[in-house]
Order: sequence, then structure tokens, then C-alpha cells
Amino acid sequence: MSVVATSTIVDAHVEEVHEHHEEQNFWKKYVFSEDHKTIAKQYMITGIFWAVIGIAMSVVFRLQLGFPGINLSWLKPVLGRWITETGTLDPNFYLALVTMHGTIMVFFVLTAGLSGTFSNFLIPLQIGARDMASGFLNMLGFWFFALSSVVMFISLFLHTGPAAGGWVIYPPLSALPQAHMGSEMGMTLWLSSMALFIISSLLGGINYITTVINLRTRGMTFSRLPLTIWAFFITAVLGLISFPVLFSAALLLIFDRHFGTSFYLSEIYINGEALPNMGGSPILFQHLFWFLGHPEVYIVLLPALGMTSEIIATNARKPIFGYRAMIASLLGIAFLAFVVWAHHMFVTGMNPFLGSIFMFLTLIIAVPSAVKAFNYITTLWRGNIIFTPAMLFSIGLVSLFVSGGVTGIILGNSALDIQLHDTYFVVAHFHIVMGAASAFGFFAGIYHWFPKMFGRMMNNSMGQIHFWATFIGVYLIFYPMHYIGIAGFPRRYYQFTTYDFAKSYTNLNMFVTIAAIFTFAAQFIFLWNFFYSMFKGKTAPLNPWRSNTLEWTTPVVPGHGNWVGEIPAVYRWPYDYSKPGAAEDFIPQTVPYSATPESNLPHETALIAEEKELGEINLNDQFRTAH
Amino acid sequence: MEHLKNLNLAEEQPQETLSMDPKKFILWLFIVSIIMLFASQTSAYLVRRAEGNWLEFTVPIIFSYSTVVLVVSSISMHIAYLAAKKDNFSVLKTAISITFALGLVFLWMQFEGWKDLVKQNVYFVGNPAGSFFYVFTFLHGAHLITGLIVLCVAFTAAFQMQIHAKNLRRISICATYWHFLDILWIYLFVFLLYFR
Repeated sequence: MSVVATSTIVDAHVEEVHEHHEEQNFWKKYVFSEDHKTIAKQYMITGIFWAVIGIAMSVVFRLQLGFPGINLSWLKPVLGRWITETGTLDPNFYLALVTMHGTIMVFFVLTAGLSGTFSNFLIPLQIGARDMASGFLNMLGFWFFALSSVVMFISLFLHTGPAAGGWVIYPPLSALPQAHMGSEMGMTLWLSSMALFIISSLLGGINYITTVINLRTRGMTFSRLPLTIWAFFITAVLGLISFPVLFSAALLLIFDRHFGTSFYLSEIYINGEALPNMGGSPILFQHLFWFLGHPEVYIVLLPALGMTSEIIATNARKPIFGYRAMIASLLGIAFLAFVVWAHHMFVTGMNPFLGSIFMFLTLIIAVPSAVKAFNYITTLWRGNIIFTPAMLFSIGLVSLFVSGGVTGIILGNSALDIQLHDTYFVVAHFHIVMGAASAFGFFAGIYHWFPKMFGRMMNNSMGQIHFWATFIGVYLIFYPMHYIGIAGFPRRYYQFTTYDFAKSYTNLNMFVTIAAIFTFAAQFIFLWNFFYSMFKGKTAPLNPWRSNTLEWTTPVVPGHGNWVGEIPAVYRWPYDYSKPGAAEDFIPQTVPYSATPESNLPHETALIAEEKELGEINLNDQFRTAH
Repeated sequence: MEHLKNLNLAEEQPQETLSMDPKKFILWLFIVSIIMLFASQTSAYLVRRAEGNWLEFTVPIIFSYSTVVLVVSSISMHIAYLAAKKDNFSVLKTAISITFALGLVFLWMQFEGWKDLVKQNVYFVGNPAGSFFYVFTFLHGAHLITGLIVLCVAFTAAFQMQIHAKNLRRISICATYWHFLDILWIYLFVFLLYFR
């Protein structure tokens, strides 16, 4: 009964809608839109575009790694000069590919694509707001990102190639144009692009925080916020604090590159000639970079954790286990993110005592992470699990989060890191725990919220095939990679077959490459499913996953302002699934306790008195005043 | 469904859960990001300074004068805000104009300060001690220019009579930002004097 009630409430207000909005032209509606849903889709499409490029790049350099000196002349139409006369991949371009793959995947796909899409889409819908606090800043944020994308994209076609010093752009390699061809114009464009990207992230993050704090609907207290919103909120805070530091680092690097200052450059000889730079410190850059760089890992991962919390509770038909512990662990991870950056720098010659402090702090992260993992598993425990593609990807994330986290404990040890630093063990670790886990969160989010975005369902069978192919593929790629790393195979090498011990791992490398190609191919199932379903998919029902959160009380395709008529009030937390005594196995947040006497707990019955008051007021509705 | 029956809201004056204006809140978050920018710059300064090979030089006296100018501009900004509160338009306009002019004077003095530094043979390119000095003043100046733009907006709004006791949002955003830029400079200046 309760579910019907909410939908009729929405209908009852249809007549009152104020239709004073004039029809917007094409540019206002689709291009320079200030509507959070359109902006979210813009982020998503751009993110998917970058993901295809970024992953394709990884396949190209994987080919070289798996089959050293392989003939890639069939790629000449695409890569042109970067394929040498003999058909092999140009080593300079190999470095550029690795750099670009990292930059694209970390920043453009998993930061802008993931957080940009779902923070924009879900924050107003799940907290009950008409739109973001500032639609204009939100639009500006996307277009800064688009501009930064264009600059980075152009850099791919430079004669000297894009930046090639690794995505961490350590000086002096990145500071001296004569160091490598990629440090010429490619690096300049990289820095310009990232400056624009930082502005975009700040504009976005500021908006997310303001919206969550100021524009929640009545009754939506912080203890009733879905975990998705908690995660987006904390992610935005992380970004707000850490991105300005990256800006600092980049700014000083720009001064070093273009104005001849010596912030990072010390006494350097090139071709026997001394450079004028004196007294700089390249380690300083690493401190500044990793002060962003480490929180960035969580900026990438936390939104995925938030979304999967929501999806797992919904599809296990059980309340999330340890709601407050989930929030506390998010806060714990976010806090620790800022005090562990130097674990990326154990081998820079830092004081071993300092190293052990950072090691200690790093290992503490295992505590909140384990809380999350156990809460996921206990939520699943004895649930009536429905294996939708979104649910499968969420469970896949839990698996990856655990197996990638365990290797993090190994790497966090400053003594072990001496052996493992800059080997493929590190690559395997962070690809599983941050790359693949966040990508799984991205997929889960798309499968779950696609009906709300486009009003159509994605194909379930294709989703299942896509999940199993990706899940198996990811483990086949990254599991063997750990062994290659332990054996001492270093990162960022074009070819590492000079020594006999390295030769013995050629087979594993070959295997990894084949698995990578297989996994890449499997993503086309998703792409087809995504674009086909957008236009030809089955029409979505109002609440396809029988979920509790507010976005499912909007029309199938929400219009400008999201809710027709009044914004619904919120009376309960979002995880009332399979509540004993209730008629249905879910009770949406908009259903008051007074309507569910059969399932109320004693303290909830006591809240009924306050509900009447709550229903009457209308706080924070952006449409309350004419606009 | 009874709970949603009387939703006629226009008459009621419910208490807001959070009285903060979203636009003002956005400003505070911008300030947080600016603080992080300068916090990272000053900690980079300290890290680099601890490594030695550090040039010591006297800070030109003009920077002290410019600090005074900026503090005075903050006072006139506050006078403008108080005037807007009391609907005292002539004072409001004059005080905003004075603030704007003092902002320009401050920028000019900073530039003169750079010239004095060059006279002392402290250059942007050279020992990081000097480079950092230029970077700090440059970054603060760049932010001060954005402050001047915000002032311009408030200035035009004041002349169009859009700022009054019932519409204080613009002037209070402007005032908060300007005071922040003032405090930021005092922090940087004291920092640069103390950690020479």
C-alpha cells in the first residue's frame, strides 16, 4: 500500500505544476545545460570516450610487453610514425602510452567520469533537491573538464608526442624539455590540461558539498542520507583539500620549465654542460604531488564504495549492515588518506624513522577497509540476493577490494617496499584495488541507474555476460602480474629481457597480454548494450529494483526540477528492506511511520508525533520562490 | 496520506534547518581551497628551506606600507557593509570606491616592491628563497585581482540600488572575500618575515 501511496502523491500535484519555463533551445538544453542530469550524462559520455582510448592504449603497450618486438605494422594507419620501419613500437611512444594511460584512467575516467557522473546525477535526486546549489558553476565545471580533455587529446597528436614521464610527472624528467621528447610540448599541454582539470574538479566538488549540506529535503537528516551521498560528500571534501595542492605542485613546475626557476631542479649536467639551476629539490615535488596523489586514490574509490553499498543493500533485500560503521569507515579512510602520502616515497632516501611512521599510518587504513569489507559480506549474508548485473559488479568490487587490499598491506611495509617498489607487483596492486574496483563501481552504477537516466532498461543477459567476462578477465590479467613483480620485473620498461631471470617470465607476460585483449574485447558487449538500450531498450518501470531511495519517486524520466509538484518529505532511513511485519520487502523513505504501524519498532512509533510537523513544512526547496 | 494534505506553504514561515545561504557557503568552500593552495606553498617553502642553501635578504620596507594599505581597505570595506545594512547609500558607494582604489594602490605597491627586490639583486630566477617570495606575492596578487572583480560587481550593484538592508548577500560575500584576502596577505607577510 505504501508504495502506491507515494506514487499517487506525486500524481496529485501534477495540476499545480507551474509551467512558466519557456522551451529551451538546443544549446541551452543539451550543450550548455545547467541541469544536473544532463551534466551527469555529459560527464558519463566523455568518461566512456576516454575509457575506450585509455584502455586501447594499454592493449597496445601490453602487446609489446607480452610479445617483445612484435610486428605492429597493422597499427600504422592509427599510430603512423610511432611504428618504426621494422614494424615495432617506438620506445618513446611506449613511454608516452604508459603515461597517457595512467593520466586518462585516473583523472579523466575514474575521477571525472565516475564521480562527475554519479555525484551530479544522484546527489540532487537522492537528497531531494531540485538541482545543484549552483547550476551555472556546475555547467562551468563540466566545460572546464571538456576543455581540459580537448587539450589532452590534442597532445596525443603532437609531433614530439604527448607527455611521457609517467603519470606522476616527476622532475627533473618533466621539468627539462631536453630530457625526453615527451617533456617538450607534450608536457606543456599536460600541465595546461591538468590545471583546467583541477579548476573543474574544484567547481564540481564545491557544488556537491554545498548541495548536500544546504539543500536536503525536509526530514533528510545526515543519519538518513543514503551511503552513496555520504561517499560523494566525503569524496568532494577530499578533492577540495587535495587538488589545490596539485595545483601548487604544477604551478612551481611550470615556473621551473618556462621561467628558469629552481624549485625542483638541482645541479644538473646535460651532455657535459651544467645547467644554471641551483639548489632545487626534486623530492619537494614528490611530497606535493603525493599529498594529492594519495587522496586521489580514495577520490577514485570512495564513490564506487558508496554506490555499491546502496546496490548491495537493495539487491540483497536487507538493510545495510552497520550503517554508522560504514560512514565512520568512510571518514576514517578519508582522514588517513592525508597522512600516508610518503609511503609512495619510501625509497627516496627518507629518514627510516619517518618511513616507519608512515608505514604505521598506512597499515591503519586496513582497519576501516576491513570494516567495509565485513559489512558488505554481512549485508549479503542470508539475504534474498537478486543477481542483477549491477549487483554482480558490486559483489565483484567487494572481491577486488579485498584481494587488492591484502597486497596493500604487503606494500605498506617500508622494508618490503624496497624490493617491490616500481615493480609489476605495485602495478597489480593498484590496478586491482583502485582501477578495477572503481571501474566495477562505475559499471554497477551505470547498470543500476540507467533506468533513471534514460527511462529504459539495459539488457540483462548481456550484462551478465559482460560481468563474468570482465570479472574473470581482470583476475587473469592482474593475478599473474603479482608474480612477475615479485620476480623483480620493473615498471615502465619498454623491454626487459636482457637478463635470464626476466626471460623466464615471458610466458606469464604473454598470458597477461592475451587476457587483457580478451577483457578489452568484452567491454564492447557493454558499449553495445549501453548505446542500444539508450534508444531501443525496454521502457523502465517507476522503481525497477524496488528500491527505497528518493530518486525512484520521481517520474520515470525526471524533468527540470526532478519532482512534479512538491518535493517529498523523508521519514526514515533508506535501508528498510525486508522489515519484519511489513507487507512488502521494502519501505521507501517517503513512507511515514504512521503508515506502517505493523512494522514499526518501539522507538519509531515514538517518532510519529514529529512526522505531522515534518509534512507541513517545506524547507530548502529551490523552487519555493519564483525563478 | 493525511500528513501531506495541507501543504500550503506560502503563508507559513518555517524555520530553516540551516540558515547558511548556499551562495555564501560556496564562497567559504572556495576560501578553503585557496587556503589549501597557500598552505601547500608555505609548507613547500619550509621543506625547501630546511634543506639549506638558502638566500637571506631583507624584505623591502614598501611591503610593510602595502600591508597597512590593505588593512585600511578592509576597514573601508566593513564601513561599506555597515552602510548597506543601514541603507546609507552615499556612504556605501564612497566606501566601496575607496576600497577598490586602495586595492589598486596595494597592487601597485607590491609591484614597486618587486622592483626594490630586483635592486637588491633578488630575482625570480635564482635561489628558491627569492623565487618563493615572488611566487607568494604573485599568487596573492592574482587572487586580489579576482577580489577586485568581485568588488566591481558589488560596485555596479550598489549604483543600481540593488544593495540595501534587505539584500545584503552580494555585499556580504564581497566583504567576506576581501577580509579573507587581507588576512591571507598578513599571514603570508608575517610568514615571509619570520622564516627568512
